[in-house]
Amino acid sequence: MKKLLIFALLLMATVAFASPKYGGTLVFGRGGDSVTLDPAHATDGESFYGSTQVYDNLVQFKHGSTEIEPALAEKWEVSKDGLEYTFYLRKGVKFHKTEFFKKDVELTADDVIFSLKRQMDSNHPYYKVGGAYEYWQAMDMDNIVKDIVKVDKYTVKFVLKKPEAPFIANLAMDFASILCKQYADDLLKAGKAEDIGKYPVGTGPFVFLKWIKDDRIIYKANKDYWGGRPFLDKLILKVIPNNSVRAAELKTGSIHIMDFPNPEEVADLEKDPNIKLVKQEGLNVGYLAMNTQKKPFDNILVRKAINMAINKQAIVDAVYAGFGKPAKNPIPPTMWSYNDEITPYEYNPEKAKELLAQAGYPNGFETDIWAMPVPRPYNPNGKKVAEAIQADLAKIGIKATIVSYDWGTYLEKTKHGEHMMAQLGWTGDNGDPDNFLYVLLSSTAAQVPAQNIAFYKSERFDKLIEEAKVTSDVAKRTELYKQAQVVFHEEVPWVPMAHSIVVEPMRKEVMDFTLDPVGKRRFDKVWLNK
Amino acid sequence: MLSYILKRIFWAIPTMFGVSVLVFLMVHLAPGDPALIMLGEHASKESVEKLREEMGLNKPLYEQYIIFISKAVRGDFGNSIKSKQPVIDEFFERFPATIELTLVSMLIAVIIGILAGIISAVKRYSFFDYLSMFGALAGVSMPVFWLGLLLIYFFSVKLGILPVSGRLGFEYYIEPVTGLYLIDSLLANDYPAFFDALKHLILPGIALGTIPMAIIARMTRSSMLEVMREDYIRTARAKGCSSTRVIFIHALRNGLIPVVTVIGLMLGALLAGAILTETTFSWPGIGKWIVNAVYQRDFPVVQCATLIIAVIFIIVNLLVDLIYAIINPKIRLE
Repeated sequence: MKKLLIFALLLMATVAFASPKYGGTLVFGRGGDSVTLDPAHATDGESFYGSTQVYDNLVQFKHGSTEIEPALAEKWEVSKDGLEYTFYLRKGVKFHKTEFFKKDVELTADDVIFSLKRQMDSNHPYYKVGGAYEYWQAMDMDNIVKDIVKVDKYTVKFVLKKPEAPFIANLAMDFASILCKQYADDLLKAGKAEDIGKYPVGTGPFVFLKWIKDDRIIYKANKDYWGGRPFLDKLILKVIPNNSVRAAELKTGSIHIMDFPNPEEVADLEKDPNIKLVKQEGLNVGYLAMNTQKKPFDNILVRKAINMAINKQAIVDAVYAGFGKPAKNPIPPTMWSYNDEITPYEYNPEKAKELLAQAGYPNGFETDIWAMPVPRPYNPNGKKVAEAIQADLAKIGIKATIVSYDWGTYLEKTKHGEHMMAQLGWTGDNGDPDNFLYVLLSSTAAQVPAQNIAFYKSERFDKLIEEAKVTSDVAKRTELYKQAQVVFHEEVPWVPMAHSIVVEPMRKEVMDFTLDPVGKRRFDKVWLNK
Repeated sequence: MLSYILKRIFWAIPTMFGVSVLVFLMVHLAPGDPALIMLGEHASKESVEKLREEMGLNKPLYEQYIIFISKAVRGDFGNSIKSKQPVIDEFFERFPATIELTLVSMLIAVIIGILAGIISAVKRYSFFDYLSMFGALAGVSMPVFWLGLLLIYFFSVKLGILPVSGRLGFEYYIEPVTGLYLIDSLLANDYPAFFDALKHLILPGIALGTIPMAIIARMTRSSMLEVMREDYIRTARAKGCSSTRVIFIHALRNGLIPVVTVIGLMLGALLAGAILTETTFSWPGIGKWIVNAVYQRDFPVVQCATLIIAVIFIIVNLLVDLIYAIINPKIRLE
């Protein structure tokens, strides 16, 4: 009893001490180096890792979620017709002072206009610096944004060509980071415009110090950060290409956090008393699409039967090595508006058989399953998943042949609907449900070459997601998306298979590190308990 | 001697020409339109056309080659497709790291290899002889990345005496002058950084040096055994020379001739071999850079790196031939 009491006291003591401490250097071990630190030109995650530390956006994703919260913009207003977004900037935000940029510059509307207009205006002096603006184009911003106007020193207005609710989430993506206009002008004058991707100046939590190519990027804390000074004094992003070597560095304590461990090595790391794991469900979904335009998949009962015949949990355990979670909705649980009230179809081959008989196929039928030829975060091994599904379907009398092509052909053929059932998946870009539901399941997306490879066309479903797209009230959109998931569940064009889980092993002393579903790695709230 | 040197230099020219043609054709022989490959499948027609124009792809091939080579001679290899930075700058940002690693592993290989070879030859069929030749065989057969992981596991994770990877601990920073950390840290009088850099060089140096070390040891052993049988060695012994003098003055001079050739060839091979070692030990040199460039189809980077490495290879070979001629005057008379 006494021991227990002491233990309880000790526990309380550690909890009491667990308030954030300032100081220390955190070393983050990752697989590759950044290509550029100009987020408008980057297309790879490693580059964004490097720029996220330095830059802020008008709005940002809340830590660990896909909800949007104010950042450089304190608040914003949307006009009734949804065509004008007015952003009110935080006052007194200063750009970093560094060895290569010593001026004292305050953030104003001009910086916002510079950062985004250079990506759309071909006459802008920076338009040609550094090549194409791939993300701006990929997010279709040219067809969304008409103009960006300065209202006053601290107010910017975006004029849109059409109402587009996901627009605000796009502004939280890395490509929409806010750079310093004054710095860019100085570089242009000095004939060193390309340097903007090598020596970044932002308003973010960390100030860029040095970049040793293929080795490390070094940052120091921005003591005047508007979001509060980061707890760390220094941050180092270190490149360690080999996964096993990265794990060894973590074990010896020369790095604090490691990115992307080999799944088979995670158990070994977990046994180390100095190491803990932080997990988060990825912003993705792996699914089996049934071609609803073809017989017998035009029959809802058949689709329901298949949903009940497949043992998802067994597949997740075996193929995902446990780093996944069976799916019930087409969007991942970390996404806002995820409808958790939906009861998933239970695994029940007997009931599935009954449904099949009701649909008029008491002896089953013959069909095909297309297996993805490449591993993806949402599906680590398409062939193994297909084999498991094949075995499950055989139990209810459906004879399925496994079909596969090289990846390019696979995508091309599924886009044209040559399959009966095909595996595919999706990783979210901007944390907006529209980025899943509209892109993958709307009737518009079912036109060849289709992204909607179930060729699912439902008026009920379309009506809900189209209304949500042009509504900017988040509460209302949430309600609409929840209803859309109900419709999806009733009409089941897919078997939603799984959402993968991202695992980040780290030293025990690393506190308050959260993984972001959109894939960012942020350190502004992280501290070291030493 | 001078005419020999000039002749050798002259002969290096056609080799360089051949290499440059190959490197140039690499891009043009790859299937598909280089401009399209560089921009990706989603590129618009206009941008592909614009890049073709910029790259001069509309001109006849020989004209394109002349443009390429005249720029390359001036050190202009264009910009990297991925990073948009001048390729030559990127190369020199990373090259010193590779040079430092290569030289250190060569040093390890030469010193240990030659010593082991000599002792094995002198004490033939002894325990040491068997041990070192077994070691040499194992060294040649072991894949570099595997050996690297074993070294890391044993010396870093288990014993904790050497760092796992990288060039320098994060608490140090060395301002690059030559880019070689061992030299730069001494120039800056920063001895803790020097020793830290040295510690970081040991494991990758051994991993990269093992194969050449093994080859050098075997070469030295057999060459020394051959030389030791020669009449002049017997004469030297008969005249009463000490055995140290016989081995190191009389035998070694001739015994090392083939070894020098091998060392020269190996220096080039090491540069290429550094790719695996650099990836294993997170060494920020050109190895990792080239591998990435190949994956990303960053042709200017691949062209630049291949050409420079080839030129270095040719120069090293040339130097080896010249050293060879100095050690063995018979060569240049033939």
